[in-house]
Amino acid sequence: MPISKIKQASIDASALTGSNITDGSITAADLATDAVTTAKIASGAVSDAKIAADAVTTAKIADGAITLAKTTGIGGGGKNVIINGEMMISQRQTTSSNVGNQYVLDRFAVYKQNTSSTYTCSQNTVTDLPGFNHSLKMDCTTADTSLASNEQVYIVTKLEGRECQRFAKGHGSDALPITLSFYVKTNKLGVYTVRIFDRDNSRNVSGSYTVANANWNRYTVTFPADALGKLDNDINSSLELFFHLVNGSDTTTGSLVTTWAGSADAGSATGQVNFADNLSNDWEITGIQLETGSSATPFEHRSYAEHLTACRRYYETSNPPQNYGGRIAYLSYTTYTTTSGYCTYFYDVEKRTSPTITHGANVWRIYQNGSLIANANGAGGTDGISARNFALTLTGPTYTAHSGGMADYRGDNGIKFDAEL
Amino acid sequence: MIITKAQYVNSIASGELSHIHATIDDEKMDVPIDENNRHYAEIKRQVDAGDLTIAEAD
Repeated sequence: MPISKIKQASIDASALTGSNITDGSITAADLATDAVTTAKIASGAVSDAKIAADAVTTAKIADGAITLAKTTGIGGGGKNVIINGEMMISQRQTTSSNVGNQYVLDRFAVYKQNTSSTYTCSQNTVTDLPGFNHSLKMDCTTADTSLASNEQVYIVTKLEGRECQRFAKGHGSDALPITLSFYVKTNKLGVYTVRIFDRDNSRNVSGSYTVANANWNRYTVTFPADALGKLDNDINSSLELFFHLVNGSDTTTGSLVTTWAGSADAGSATGQVNFADNLSNDWEITGIQLETGSSATPFEHRSYAEHLTACRRYYETSNPPQNYGGRIAYLSYTTYTTTSGYCTYFYDVEKRTSPTITHGANVWRIYQNGSLIANANGAGGTDGISARNFALTLTGPTYTAHSGGMADYRGDNGIKFDAEL
Repeated sequence: MIITKAQYVNSIASGELSHIHATIDDEKMDVPIDENNRHYAEIKRQVDAGDLTIAEAD
């Protein structure tokens, strides 16, 4: 006859060991409330598999229970060092056919080396990737099926040194891994390579992603920490991120270099498909994020205004061409003599450094004492450049000395200020 | 970066050296004398390499 009840006093100490209890014999109903205290749960005894979905509700998490150390990998605001990663801003132009080595969208440059392939680079409208509205698109318009050894085509964005200090690169065991994530859609399937170049120390590391279908997919590449090569804490280019599209044998020889090493062509793009092998090939990218840590976190969206302001640290125009023909509102000037007027033009955003200035010749309309004295044929000259403003001289008409007036810029495409890396 | 012309420009107001007027990739630009500026850095690189001469100011 089975024994159904045994008094506690009848059970010898240590009689009930784990091996004496059949799996499933102690159900939840057999345990008194609070019978299983923290001390009775061995370290590691409650594995992920033993926690049912939604079992840990918010009410079960005590105030202060989630410490900073437990948020590693989640990332906070400002985690993404890439500017314009969702391709919202394109101040120069929205498309460039037969694109050369140039910026089209803000902060992302096209680079072509010794290639006969040609491309249209554009800011493309995205309708099939929820959460994103624009991409950078490369459309192959002339194919190249026989690559020269030193041939390369890539998209690059450059990062200021002081924005990269968070990676603790070059700080020995304190250096952190870096994770790159992005969305790519392309009809040219295969292996693509990406690379980070440390310009301060001439070191680089590469990674790859495999495109298996022609849909939008999010790809992630984690680059290991680099104990060597501290980055300069300055306004110049320190880390440069490359998305390869075409690579000749100089850069595809040997194994792909997936740990940081002294910069070399060999192994920097091994496995890269030839995106130029057919003029029907298209490649689009958006949602680029580069962050600290060994795993990708959700993409950090920013407002249009944040992106625009960040981009204007590197480039701006007095007025975009699509807005009133690139013209600007009236500036006031002062004259000292009868030959020149002087005024100061302040940029919308302080530049990274003194910018290069491009403006049309003999296009200023100048007024003085209520009269038009130059009808869109006054000359504007640069008379000093700083990161915050530039001094503009207006010559052409005969002025009244020691006086003032107004002038407006009538040239197309605006005045351009370029402080890119 | 293809630079076909470079000439120093003095400030009309002060008479001191202001910038370099250059033709870069077929576009006329005013380039500050600032080593952090990529256009000036390239001008300087080409001058150091003997590939470019900057004309004196008028």
